[in-house]
Amino acid sequence: MSTLPDGDHGAGPVPARRLRVAVWKFASCDGCQLQLLDAVGRWPALLGRIEFVQFLEASSRVEPGPYDVGIVEGSVSTPQDVVRIREVRRQCRFLLTIGACATSGGIQALRNWGRVEDFVAAVYASPDTIEALATSTGIAEHVPVDFELRGCPVDTAQLADVLVALATGRTPRVPSTSVCAECKAAGVVCVAVTRGIPCLGPVTQAGCGALCPAHGRECFGCFGPAEATNLPALSAHYEATGTPRGRLLPLVRGICGWAPAFRAEAERLADAPGEPAP
Amino acid sequence: MSDDGAGSVRGIRTIAVGALSRVEGEGALRVRVVDGRAEIVEFNIYEPPRFFEKFLVGRPLAEVPDLVARICGICPVAYQLTACRALEKALVVEPDPAVAPLRRLLYCGEWIQSHALHVHLLHLPDFLGYESGFAMAADHPALVEAGFRMKALGNRVMEVVGGRAVHPVNVAVGGFHRWPEAAAVRGLVPDLERGLGDALELVSRVADLPFPTLAPEAEEVALAHPDEYPILEGRIASSAGLVADVDDFRAHFAERQVPWSTALHCLREPGGTPYRVGALARVNLCRDRLPPRAARAAAAAGLGRPERNPFRSIVARAVEIAAACEEGMALAAAWDRGTRGPCAALPARAGAGAHATEAPRGLLWHRYAFDAAGRIEAAAIVPPTSQNQARIEADLRAGLPEALAMDDAGATLRCEQLVRSYDPCISCATHFLTVRIDRP
Repeated sequence: MSTLPDGDHGAGPVPARRLRVAVWKFASCDGCQLQLLDAVGRWPALLGRIEFVQFLEASSRVEPGPYDVGIVEGSVSTPQDVVRIREVRRQCRFLLTIGACATSGGIQALRNWGRVEDFVAAVYASPDTIEALATSTGIAEHVPVDFELRGCPVDTAQLADVLVALATGRTPRVPSTSVCAECKAAGVVCVAVTRGIPCLGPVTQAGCGALCPAHGRECFGCFGPAEATNLPALSAHYEATGTPRGRLLPLVRGICGWAPAFRAEAERLADAPGEPAP
Repeated sequence: MSDDGAGSVRGIRTIAVGALSRVEGEGALRVRVVDGRAEIVEFNIYEPPRFFEKFLVGRPLAEVPDLVARICGICPVAYQLTACRALEKALVVEPDPAVAPLRRLLYCGEWIQSHALHVHLLHLPDFLGYESGFAMAADHPALVEAGFRMKALGNRVMEVVGGRAVHPVNVAVGGFHRWPEAAAVRGLVPDLERGLGDALELVSRVADLPFPTLAPEAEEVALAHPDEYPILEGRIASSAGLVADVDDFRAHFAERQVPWSTALHCLREPGGTPYRVGALARVNLCRDRLPPRAARAAAAAGLGRPERNPFRSIVARAVEIAAACEEGMALAAAWDRGTRGPCAALPARAGAGAHATEAPRGLLWHRYAFDAAGRIEAAAIVPPTSQNQARIEADLRAGLPEALAMDDAGATLRCEQLVRSYDPCISCATHFLTVRIDRP
């Protein structure tokens, strides 16, 4: 239970002091903060390396900055967020953003293609008391970010690895390959090749362990685009094998739809809509 | 607690908490006391609005479970399965008979992890005098370890059935994407049995906590089902005698916007009165359908008759962890994969449908309309926290005289403790908290 995820039994060089970590939430579902709590539950030895000096979801403790590491969950979606994220950056030596919301605007970035006034009016009877920006965007669009950990939610083991890496001064072990590579390594039968299901595995960052294909379904890109992708070629392949463009567009314009590679492809598909979805 | 400070402003005494801690999401509470009377009690939910109901429009209905899961990382299954049932009813699709017990098991997993998190890490520190579960662990290691063990158990159930604890990937309109291995499901039984033991011990531990006294009259609302403790199916019932079909939710409940919150307030109609949903409401309304060992534990803990003290919801949550483990054992032991395939084919037709389930925090209601191409035309989601919000304000008003007799720090802590008794999930309040008390 107390062994750290990289096999470190805590016997390595004892840090002079624990990293002072602060956690902030912006627009999000809290799922990535929950993964952080689960990481501590799985590897209590983490608390020998780091201490949470501000983590409002889990603790009433609030210590003033500066902090060694700031962890941010959630996207920037209100005028206040824009101001707050600059203050957070100013307080943190190292800024780690976690999850689809913080790294690409999240599912709530689907508003970015509409008029925010319409979105407010659709949900609220008195829109004037609601303050929302026209867009929901990732943290790096506003302030410099030192490390982005992807996923909706982030993977608990990857998150623990990044924290241990920061505490011990090594590089985080986060792969830059695609879900497709993880899928092959796991020996999962390809849903795209064998069943003609359009799958984003070839263009999606690894880290989930090819969870969706292992459940017999398509990857829907919740870890965002992989480092090197060719989305137009993938779309062309799926279209040539019978998937209508109207089916591809919502797949690409999904949980990480505002990530640059997915966004560009969604806009290309939307400009030439082709036949509608069945 | 980030303290905005206490003091006197123009003859009005002020106690203020800037951002409420140990709740899921963001919000504030403001209390203003003039001449010894609490004038304003408002929840300021400043969780940024995320507009789920709007961006679902135009999306393929099959995507809805994956999208609405993202409303809440702590109770994604509640959102997924409420949506699946509403859409299946509208499509007139009947999943394989092996789907319903597997969904109930998945939902039990979510109750276990959500309640274990709230009881141990968010709520118990209030009673035992700690800033957090981490700090509590130094003096109560066995208690916190048991909490993490139950949390991990809930996660495990969700992983075996749903593929992942936060935002499961295996839930589909029509059933599941893939049947889990029956052996893996049955393999959960010993862990659930240990969880039941942990939970029964927890019930007796929390039953003896020092509770503030508060017993306001409150209407309570939960699903009611003739044969089972309510989770996935049932009619909407209340302590005031309401019995309604989920389709008729709008006839009895209405959402209203208040200027101090981005969460809509849902109230009982007619009359616009507050009501309570969640673990305490469920145990009060449906305790005769708790499984036997959980029912005996509830009775021994004093929940054998309606409990009016909202602070004692922590006991109800512990009872429900036991109930979910006990039921989960039976479900996992008996489950085998179906014969028709994990996911029913979805017909191409236009339709509309509503459904309600019992999320860990209470009644969750969804309604969807879609066109013949299967694209969502309208979506409405009423989460538990927007239903509880007005009730929390009413309880705060009822509890203020006792709280305000304390010093500022004590009064603030008491108010926060009451709010946390509702396990408010502010992220869920799709459309939530900071405590601020102004007094002379």
